[in-house]
Amino acid sequence: MDLNLLKRRGRDEWHISPRGKMRVPGVIYATEDLIHGMDEKVYEQVTNVATLPGIVKASYAMPDAHWGYGFPIGGVAAFDPDLGGVVSAGGVGFDISCGVRLLRTGLVVEDIQPVKEPLAEALFHRIPAGVGSRGKVHLDRYEMHAMLAGGAKWAVGKGYGMHEDLEFIEERGCMADAKPENVSDYAKKRQQDEMGTLGSGNHYLEVQRVAQVFDAEVGAVFGVREGDVVVSIHCGSRGLGHQIGTEFLKSMVTTAARHHIDLPDRELACAPINSEVGQEYLGAMRAAINCALANRQIITHLVREVFADILPEATLSLLYDVSHNTCRVEEHVIDGVLTRLFVHRKGATRAFGPRHPDLPPSLRTVGQPVLIGGTMGTASYVLVGTEESMALAYGSACHGAGRSMSRHQALRQWHGRDVVKELATRGILIRSPSMRGIAEEAPGAYKDVSEVVDAAGDANLARKVARLEPLVCVKG
Amino acid sequence: MIMQTPSSETAQGSWEHFPHEADIGVRGMGMTKETAFEQAGLALTAVITEPTSVAPAQAVSITCEAPDDELLLVDWLNALIYEMATRRMLFSRFSVRLNDHSLHATAWGERIEIIRHQPAVEAKGATYTELSVKQDEQGRWIAQCVVDV
Repeated sequence: MDLNLLKRRGRDEWHISPRGKMRVPGVIYATEDLIHGMDEKVYEQVTNVATLPGIVKASYAMPDAHWGYGFPIGGVAAFDPDLGGVVSAGGVGFDISCGVRLLRTGLVVEDIQPVKEPLAEALFHRIPAGVGSRGKVHLDRYEMHAMLAGGAKWAVGKGYGMHEDLEFIEERGCMADAKPENVSDYAKKRQQDEMGTLGSGNHYLEVQRVAQVFDAEVGAVFGVREGDVVVSIHCGSRGLGHQIGTEFLKSMVTTAARHHIDLPDRELACAPINSEVGQEYLGAMRAAINCALANRQIITHLVREVFADILPEATLSLLYDVSHNTCRVEEHVIDGVLTRLFVHRKGATRAFGPRHPDLPPSLRTVGQPVLIGGTMGTASYVLVGTEESMALAYGSACHGAGRSMSRHQALRQWHGRDVVKELATRGILIRSPSMRGIAEEAPGAYKDVSEVVDAAGDANLARKVARLEPLVCVKG
Repeated sequence: MIMQTPSSETAQGSWEHFPHEADIGVRGMGMTKETAFEQAGLALTAVITEPTSVAPAQAVSITCEAPDDELLLVDWLNALIYEMATRRMLFSRFSVRLNDHSLHATAWGERIEIIRHQPAVEAKGATYTELSVKQDEQGRWIAQCVVDV
């Protein structure tokens, strides 16, 4: 991206002044290097989002922003229903509530080393991953409805996990106002055999070691110390979320003119929050969030079963669960007034600061854990939300690194087997049903996640707490 | 519905992928709009696996309607994604008939075998990004869009 398009407002804050149909400015939080590396399309998409009705304050992009569809990935925007604000299926994305959860194991690296191979095999065989895999939980019509209404709460009620898990999931594990009846039979059919599955692409399950703790005080509150072993689960709402995204994108495109919405890009398809389509989408999207929360909860249960077999002394308590692709109703201070807004985060993480009432009491003193995923050979990070972030971008932060090269390019550059061998020499065991998938997801195909995380810290969006490095990775 | 594989060949066209920062673009090309749509279907399969590894053993009928060609292309690809997901199938041969803004097609393929097909990634949905259905200067039809993976 050309720096001349932007006005620098701080070391890592760049503004795009309103022009044309923009209703608010664009704001990008990133280092100069990250801005240079961003596609021009990010600029275009940030400015396009700024033209949407009812947008408040600014159209934001996080340090890992890249070219998405409609909204940039790493885009954050909030809309006021009282100002004709909209909800956008493209502003949430296809993989609704794709997210990361982190489990503490109560183990240290030395406990894992002797059983790393059998642990990798067992996780790979117990947790379905990849294209065409089926989950072990088949939902009939009644259970599908209950799952879509209840989320992780439903899963715990069915015996997948513990009641105390719910405290450490956004929305306490159950997104309110979900409307399972707004979810089509097509979407439900796509999901009926996909509960408890990882999916493919950048989704994974990793056993990781805490390689470094940057903030011992917050680390102590989060319960992570150097040398500890943790488990990360990265997946979303699977086929159900994809189908909801597909269907509502189309209905928003075809009804935009009726709502007098001038779309600079069809991919920005949206509907007024207070319209029939808008309300239908919100009900379905919230059901998809519950689907993702239930999915990660079931996978958590499967992980616990594996550890119980191989390392029975493991405790596997939930540190936190965050979602990346959501639209949520939140209250934020706008011009000194507490205002109810519909906050879209697409490829961005909620990062509430200390004392926020939505946080569990045990975390309220320090702020929300923000979980940043890597890819196989690269680090992942635990951050914490900041006081400043609430004012900067509605309490939001980055979510990962983003690709630096296309899948095609990655395939030309790497062979899956070579990637697996190379990572094995570094002590990282990879298990995947697809060698081609491994090549496409090679660590070198992604941007440097550390640079993104540092930029988030420099911009005061979220502060580094710990760096995690993989020991075992199950890829879809 | 399941039918016999016909012996007739589809008209020759070509497909390719084009880069997108996070996802992947699919592009089908042919001397007719129908062929371009068929080749876009093949490009979609190639996102997931090597199309030549998929036997066109079972047929599935697909029907879509949309107000214009571009939305019809998205609907067509999304219908294929849906059939792949719910039937656990991959497709390697397509026959498309277009009439105004409705599409009637048959897709031939087989059930996924993970070891043999090595599916790399699942397609989540076809998007409106880089979406176009048009003829180039040589009269060749090009049908393309970005697919979220």
